[in-house]
Amino acid sequence: MNGTSPALRVRNLTKRFGEVIANDAVSIDAWAGEVHCLLGENGAGKSTLIAMLAGLQQPDAGFIELGGATHPITSPAEAIERGIGVVYQHSALIPSMTVLENLMLSQREGFWVNRTTALAHLAALNATLDSPVGPDDRLSSLSLGQRQQLDIARVMWQRPRVLVLDEPTSMLGGQGIEELLASVREVVSQGVAVILVTHKLDEALALGDRVTVLRAGRVARRFEGSELSALGEDRARGEIVAAMFGGAEPSALGLDRLDRRPRPLSPSKGAGEGTRPSSLSRCTATLVLEGVTTSPGSALVPLDGVTLQISAGEILGLAGVDGQGQRQLAEIIAGQCAPSAGRVLLDGDDITKMTVRERQLLGVRYVTDDRLGEGIVGSLSVALNLLLKRIGERPFWRFGCMRRDEVREHANHLSAQYGIRASSSDAAAGTLSGGNIQKILLARELEGDPKVVVFHKPSYGLDSRTVQFVHDEMRRLAEHGAAVLLMSTELDELTSLSHRIAVLSRGSIVGVVENEGEAVREHIGTLVAGGAL
Amino acid sequence: MSSRIADVLIRTIAPLVLALAAGGLVIAGLGADPLAFYADVVTLGTRGNGLQQSLTAMAPLLLVALGLIVAFRAQLWNLGYGGSYLLAAAVVAGIAPDVFAALPYPLALLVLLLAALAIGALLGLVPALLKAYRGTNEVITSLMMSFIAMSLANLLIRGLFKDPSISVPQTRVLDLGLMLPYVPGTRVHVGFVLALLLVIVAHFVLTKSSLGLKIDVVGANPAAARHAGIDVRRLTVGVFVASSALIALAAFVDMLGLWGYSRAEWNPGYGDKILPFVFLARLSPLGSIPLVALYSVLATGGTIAAQRAGVSVDVLSVIVALVLFFMVAIEVLGSRLKLGRSYLRRGLFGRERGSAGEPSASRGASQGDAQGGSLNGAKDSAEGGTA
Repeated sequence: MNGTSPALRVRNLTKRFGEVIANDAVSIDAWAGEVHCLLGENGAGKSTLIAMLAGLQQPDAGFIELGGATHPITSPAEAIERGIGVVYQHSALIPSMTVLENLMLSQREGFWVNRTTALAHLAALNATLDSPVGPDDRLSSLSLGQRQQLDIARVMWQRPRVLVLDEPTSMLGGQGIEELLASVREVVSQGVAVILVTHKLDEALALGDRVTVLRAGRVARRFEGSELSALGEDRARGEIVAAMFGGAEPSALGLDRLDRRPRPLSPSKGAGEGTRPSSLSRCTATLVLEGVTTSPGSALVPLDGVTLQISAGEILGLAGVDGQGQRQLAEIIAGQCAPSAGRVLLDGDDITKMTVRERQLLGVRYVTDDRLGEGIVGSLSVALNLLLKRIGERPFWRFGCMRRDEVREHANHLSAQYGIRASSSDAAAGTLSGGNIQKILLARELEGDPKVVVFHKPSYGLDSRTVQFVHDEMRRLAEHGAAVLLMSTELDELTSLSHRIAVLSRGSIVGVVENEGEAVREHIGTLVAGGAL
Repeated sequence: MSSRIADVLIRTIAPLVLALAAGGLVIAGLGADPLAFYADVVTLGTRGNGLQQSLTAMAPLLLVALGLIVAFRAQLWNLGYGGSYLLAAAVVAGIAPDVFAALPYPLALLVLLLAALAIGALLGLVPALLKAYRGTNEVITSLMMSFIAMSLANLLIRGLFKDPSISVPQTRVLDLGLMLPYVPGTRVHVGFVLALLLVIVAHFVLTKSSLGLKIDVVGANPAAARHAGIDVRRLTVGVFVASSALIALAAFVDMLGLWGYSRAEWNPGYGDKILPFVFLARLSPLGSIPLVALYSVLATGGTIAAQRAGVSVDVLSVIVALVLFFMVAIEVLGSRLKLGRSYLRRGLFGRERGSAGEPSASRGASQGDAQGGSLNGAKDSAEGGTA
């Protein structure tokens, strides 16, 4: 291995999206034959960095140097050309095609598809798999782990100098992870520089020759290989958790506690067999989920026996990285999709089969995270967006005809109450700022008599004043006896608001902890980062 | 208000003027005098007998336009208009003589009307159900249904409904006395009045009622509709079926009001010709009335004017195509230069700014501001998947 210069040098890469700085002068190196682990919370800037390496995004400042050359990577094709291979979290393979056809997607030379070479590649891949895949198997019949493996093999066919793996194990179970890590080791032994993006500490520690922690778009800390081995696994774990989650604010943990291993989780095993529905006290709880399960879809992590109880007046936090089933859970509570098994109970009544509107009337509300996608209709006025869930109802419509004065008055009333700033209530909602759009959603969902409110990433992308506003609303709701479910990827938000915090990982609740004491933050952080402990 | 006038000028009038000008160049290139041609078109299309013909021609065109508008407002691209029209026309013309012979006149009309509506509804139902429950692209399925329906129409006219007394494959010609009555004092049949009334009623339903608003929400953002608890499936099916039925109604009106019979391999191509005007009207039913009138005058007067000028009647199709061409050009330029609203989006109950794209594909993320429309997409792809 050439020990003198790294295969990939990233220097001061900066990328802004409007006022958000996704990457702020990020510098990392990747060396041939080494695994460089990139860790960080949601929104730390990992995906943006990958997008720039892959040629999907152009940096505003800084450069990427590959084998001594620094000219910009302007397209994914150029990234491949220059030796950067990327395996994405959600695999880029085509489910309806066969294994061999998918492999051949990567073939870059020659006009005719090269079946022989593809078969050879597949044979090499099968040698490392416990359960080999056939060349003519449909991709959709493969397990997620096998698909991920195939994706790596496909990218490796392009002979990259640098292989970027974006959370390759986030959707996999135990054995799948083992096999995948084995093939990463295999790739490294061929002298490829691997950048492994992950949020799992165990993987980072098991594989990483170096570890870089990103936080809020900056490099929060670097660990060289020597440093990691000097620290030992437990201390290294503590230091990394601190760099990822702790430290920023005065209330956070001091250095003396960093080497403490998280205490084992004892109480409230949420998921699965342990708790039977009958053991839940239905009379006091406002919302109960019993063994909620969804059938495995193509792209989304299915829910697996989620049992939760949110009492009146409680804010239950739901921690977890993105895409672990939060959306499905929220939609099942709101009535936008149906579970394949399990029940949703409101004050003891089964509401599993009710429609969105029926639940709304009962006080079940959902402040969606997909504000532009499903929260509002951008081309419609603010006034109509505030009534989007009550179209055709009195007093705003009479005999199917809209009454403009009532609609306007309603809009003006709510705009004043929630401080929605728009040129007028006739302005198209899509022209408003993110904060004002969120206020529209809040005003709409919290109107009337909300009993159960699901907040999905309610403060994401908002300025601090709006965040404060959202948080105050949430507390006010709980004080008035509503059951609040707060789904968030930000630990600060969860710990400052919740009474209890549950952790969702791969569609299951892996733990529920009381939000008490100083160690909660790291505790949750470890649960999120490590999956089940 | 002034911006609205500018909108109409730029988006609606400009493509028409440009198309007529470019069409004039084509006519001049063919060796005829374009000004004389256009003068002939106006005279022949709006004076005396020509006016009555133009109004008669408007009847089916208004209904086809309305059918398209109903579906397009929900962003359902029903392109099965050809089949809906022709199959309904074949059946109405084919069974009309027998139905009129067997039943009293009003009852017979009702039976024929229901037959036409049922055919349209059934043809719309297949793509509608596929779209609602399977997410199948309705452009493909409605086109395919259209081909099936057109072939079936031809088959029926050549077989079951063929007039045995003539060698040409066509249905029996309906007795003049059995056709739809004229509006008193004119030679325009009542189908025109029916179409006009339906367009006006539909305008108020689509733009003022809660049902119309729901259709708009489903069209503008189906995810938001689902989130808001609107039954997207039911609405999709309803809208599609209504759209097809309206187009079949056009056939009913046209057969009993104007033609009295249908021929195999015959296709007036109403839908294709009226399609650009539907978008010029920005999917407003009331707005479609003057544009349909304009096309009718062009078609009525143009046929004879073309003969007089010694150019092919196809010049008319060229002009329609030019309208479409200039609309696309203005749409492309308009979204760059912010020249008013797009043909597709409409700001109900208020104004909206003309930004390029609907910020719809933003799952999971909505950053600091939503105003930089073009920025959002890129932003989301970077941040939305951050884990």
